[in-house]
Amino acid sequence: MKIIELKHVTRQYPDGFTALHDLNLSLESGKFYSLLGPSGSGKTTILRLIAGFDQPTQGEILFNGRKINDLPAAQRPLNTVFQNYALFPHLNVFENIAFGLKVKKVPADQIQVKVDRMLSLVRLEGFGQRSVQELSGGQQQRVAIARALVNQPKVLLLDESLSALDKKLRKTMQFELRSIQKQLGITFIFVTHDQEEALAMSDEIFVLNEGRLQQSGSPSAIYDEPVNEFVARFIGDSNLLMGHMIRDFEVEFDNHRFECADAGIKPGEQVQVLLRPEDLSLVAPQQGKIVVEVLSQLFLGDHYEIWAKDDAGFNWLIHTVEKAPTKRCGLHFAPDAIHVMRLGESESEFDQRLSQYEDNEK
Amino acid sequence: MRSKSSFFIIPYVLWLLLFVVMPMILLAVNAFTNGQGQVSLVNLRAFLTNGACLKMMVNSFWYAVLITGLTLLISYPLALVIAHCRHQRVWLLLVILPTWINLLLKTYAFIGLLGQHGLINQALQLIGLAPRQLLFTKTAFVIVAAYIEIPFMVLPIYNSLHALDQQIIAAARDLGASSWQTFWRVVWPLTLPGVRAGVQAVFIPSLSLFMITRLIGGNKVITLGTAIEEYFLTTMNWHMGSMIGVILIVIMVLVLLATSGKEQNK
Repeated sequence: MKIIELKHVTRQYPDGFTALHDLNLSLESGKFYSLLGPSGSGKTTILRLIAGFDQPTQGEILFNGRKINDLPAAQRPLNTVFQNYALFPHLNVFENIAFGLKVKKVPADQIQVKVDRMLSLVRLEGFGQRSVQELSGGQQQRVAIARALVNQPKVLLLDESLSALDKKLRKTMQFELRSIQKQLGITFIFVTHDQEEALAMSDEIFVLNEGRLQQSGSPSAIYDEPVNEFVARFIGDSNLLMGHMIRDFEVEFDNHRFECADAGIKPGEQVQVLLRPEDLSLVAPQQGKIVVEVLSQLFLGDHYEIWAKDDAGFNWLIHTVEKAPTKRCGLHFAPDAIHVMRLGESESEFDQRLSQYEDNEK
Repeated sequence: MRSKSSFFIIPYVLWLLLFVVMPMILLAVNAFTNGQGQVSLVNLRAFLTNGACLKMMVNSFWYAVLITGLTLLISYPLALVIAHCRHQRVWLLLVILPTWINLLLKTYAFIGLLGQHGLINQALQLIGLAPRQLLFTKTAFVIVAAYIEIPFMVLPIYNSLHALDQQIIAAARDLGASSWQTFWRVVWPLTLPGVRAGVQAVFIPSLSLFMITRLIGGNKVITLGTAIEEYFLTTMNWHMGSMIGVILIVIMVLVLLATSGKEQNK
C-alpha cells in the first residue's frame, strides 16, 4: 500500500535556485527508506516537504492518496527526529516525550502510561526526571525518537539523525532504529549522506544528486547495478573505465575484450564500465585477464587496499584479503563483476532494458 | 600571569571603591546619624512612622510595577515582530535611536505633545472635541516612563528570541502544537531569561524616577525618587534623604533577588 507519493514535485526558491526538479517518489507503508545524497542534493528538502515545513512550487504530495500540500505540519500524521534532536531544553526527559500528547490534551494518566512505554522502547527507563542537558548524545537521540514515536505517527522522518554520534554509537543506533522500525511496523524515512548507513538499514534507497532522483532500489541492487557514474562513485569504491560494446554479453575496455553479463545495448556504443574493488583478485600473471604492476599496498585490518597499474596506464583499486603474490601479477574478475553503464541512461530506461534481456534469457 | 592580571584590575577596583562603595558608605553613614553627628535610628523611625513616607514607598513600587508591566506588554510583541522581520537591524536601530537623545529633551517633547495647546489637543479640537487635561496626569506619567524604558526591555527580549533555535520551534509544530501552544509552551519559557533581564533593567530605574514625575506627572505622583530630591535640595535634610536612599537600595536588591530567581534551568 502506498502511503506517501510525490508527483512531479519541483521546489524552486525565490532566488531562482531549484532544489528539486520534477521529482517522483512512491513510498510504501511499513518500509525503511533512505534518501541518500551529498549535501545540496535535495534530500532534506524532500523531508521538509513531507513534514510540512516547506511547500512545493509545483507538483503534488499525497498521503494515503490524499493531497496534503497545504496541510500544516502540526496536522500531518507524521513526526520528525531532527538533526540536532531539537529537544526542549526547559523540559525534562518525561516532559519532552509527553509534549505531543499534552498539546493534544491527552489525559495525564494515559500520558504516563504511553511515555513509560516509550522510555522502555528506547531503553531509557528511569530517566524521566533527568534534564535533557545531562544526557549523552546517544541518549538525547533516543529521547528525540521517543518524543516522535509516542504520537503514533504513520511515518517517522529522520533528518541525518545519527551524524552527530561517534562511529561506534552510530552502529548501535543503526541496529536499534532498524529493530524499532520492525517492531512498530511503521514507515521510516531516513535522510543521510552516509552510504554505509543507508546500505545497512534500508529496505529501499533513493539516491539523489542536484535535486534529481538518480536511482532507487534495494541496497544490493543499487550497489551491484548502479545506473550511472554518480551512483557508482557515491556508493562504495569503484574502478570506472570507458569502453564500448562489441555485442550482447561482450564488452571492450582497456584494450581487451571481456565476457560480461549485460545486453540490450547497440554494438559499438560507447559505455562506462564499473568494477568493484572487492570483485577483483590478484593471481599469477598468466592466469589473469589483465597484467598489472602493484604500486602500493595498505593493510587495513580486514583487507588489503592495493593500487596497481596496467599496461594501458589505468590505476586499479583492489580490495583483497591476501597480499599481492608478486610485484607483477594477473588481475582476475568474473564476467558478472563487470557492470556496464550506458551514458546518460535514466533509471526507467535502465529498468526497461534489464527486464527485456532478462526475459530473453528465460 | 597572576600578578599581571591583578594589575589590570586596579583601575576597576579604584573606580568601584570611589564611585560605588564610598557613596554607599556615605549614604549609610548619613542615614544612620542625626543632625548632631550621633549614631541614631531617628531617621528610620521617622520614615516608618510617617504615613506619607510609607505611602510614597508603596506608590513608588506600584508605579514601577505599572510602568514595567506596560513596557513589557509593548516590548515583547515588538521584539517578536522584529525577530521575524527581514531588516532586523534597521528596526532595532529605530528602537535604540531614542536612547541617544537626552532624556530631558525627550521629556520636553512630550510636554509639547500633551500640553493644553499641544499636538494631540489640537488634533482633538479639529475633530470637535474640547481640549483635555493630558499633561500632569498619572496616566501621562506612566505612558511617558514606559516610552523611555522600551528600548531597555526590547533589547534583551529580542536577543533571547534571536538566539532561539528554529529547529526547536519546528519540533513543537511537528509534534502538533498550534501557534499559540508553541508560543506559550516553548517560546515564552525559553525567552524568560531575556524578559527577566528586561524587567530588571526597567523596574529598578522606575523605582527612583523623579524628573518625569515632576515634568509630566506634575507632582501628582510622588515617588521615593521625588522625595529624595526634595529632602536633599529643598528641605536640606540630608539624613532623611539618605535614609530613603538606603531603603530604595534595599528594595532594589530585593527585586533583583526575586527576579534573578531560578537559574538551575540553565
